[in-house]
Amino acid sequence: MQAQTPPAPLDGAKIIAALKQSHVDYVLSVPDLHTSNGLLKPISKDAELKLIRTCKEDETLGIAAGLSYGDKRALILIQWTGFLYAMNAIRAMACDQSMPMCMMIGLLGKEPDLPSRQSARFGVRLVEPMLDTLGIAYHRINEDADIAAIAPAIEQAYANSKPIAFLIERRPVHA
Amino acid sequence: MIDRKKALAALACHIKDEIVVATYSSATDWIAINDRPLNYFAFGAMGLASSHALGLALARPDKRVIVLDGDGSLLMNLGTLVTIGAVNPANFTHIVAHNGSYEANGGHPIPNREADLAGIARASGIAHARRIDQLADFESAIPGLLTDKGPLFVELMVEQGELGPRSYKDMYRGARRSAFREALKAG
Repeated sequence: MQAQTPPAPLDGAKIIAALKQSHVDYVLSVPDLHTSNGLLKPISKDAELKLIRTCKEDETLGIAAGLSYGDKRALILIQWTGFLYAMNAIRAMACDQSMPMCMMIGLLGKEPDLPSRQSARFGVRLVEPMLDTLGIAYHRINEDADIAAIAPAIEQAYANSKPIAFLIERRPVHA
Repeated sequence: MIDRKKALAALACHIKDEIVVATYSSATDWIAINDRPLNYFAFGAMGLASSHALGLALARPDKRVIVLDGDGSLLMNLGTLVTIGAVNPANFTHIVAHNGSYEANGGHPIPNREADLAGIARASGIAHARRIDQLADFESAIPGLLTDKGPLFVELMVEQGELGPRSYKDMYRGARRSAFREALKAG
């Protein structure tokens, strides 16, 4: 019996390139172990992206809203726990006001071989149904081919003033 | 102790092209005193006025951004002070009306009326933070609050105003947000 090849990790550099391609100016973040090494650390050293570290996730929604009025684009980089924490701010800014809130949500603890809706972790299982309930479109980012969806989705979010979420399923790495 | 309406009326006399971000009781007072397109009413999630304002200040470094916040609102997002202290926006003025109560929600006390919000702001990295409890002192501070290098923080000790409920329907309508966006684009 042939040993299965472990799935390749996501390429964090390609995700960061997609953010730049979509003219993201600011990354607003509370750290997430899932995206720490592959995204947040390289972003913190990248002169083309301005990183603002916040204390709690709902702050990021307010800052992103203010930036959008001044025609600056932001990516909100958080973990699924932070997504759940910030629900009222997401409801207000993304849904009630239909603002272009672009959220990249790390699914820490999601099993690589299971869809998030079938995860053993209750909180991970909640993420997609919550987004469905909120009416927020989302993309699953599980392999490098999925990264191609990021830049056009951010463009659409700002063009149409609609929120978008990217679910980081496999853990990204950065060389 | 200061009458918040009198303090805001004094501030309004000095306002020109600044962005004013207001929330809850300060917002209802401000809109009655100085209704203008460059007012931004933080809507929907209590406590985030200063976060909205931080985004605006970063996006528009050419304009002074003034936040009219409340003590109850600030306490719902106290980490914002640490974030603002770290970002250190030079065009940012945060005025917090401290009346010790959730005025818009029935007048219930905040968890600790004695909280030293200016002290918390200083400890969070906002060097220029002070408490003002006399109207005359606030009036004389206003020119500096609009021009001095920020971030600036003022804890304004105010009397409790009228208790809620308040109507936010006019304040939060989409046409206001569109007018704000247009005014911002115009300069």
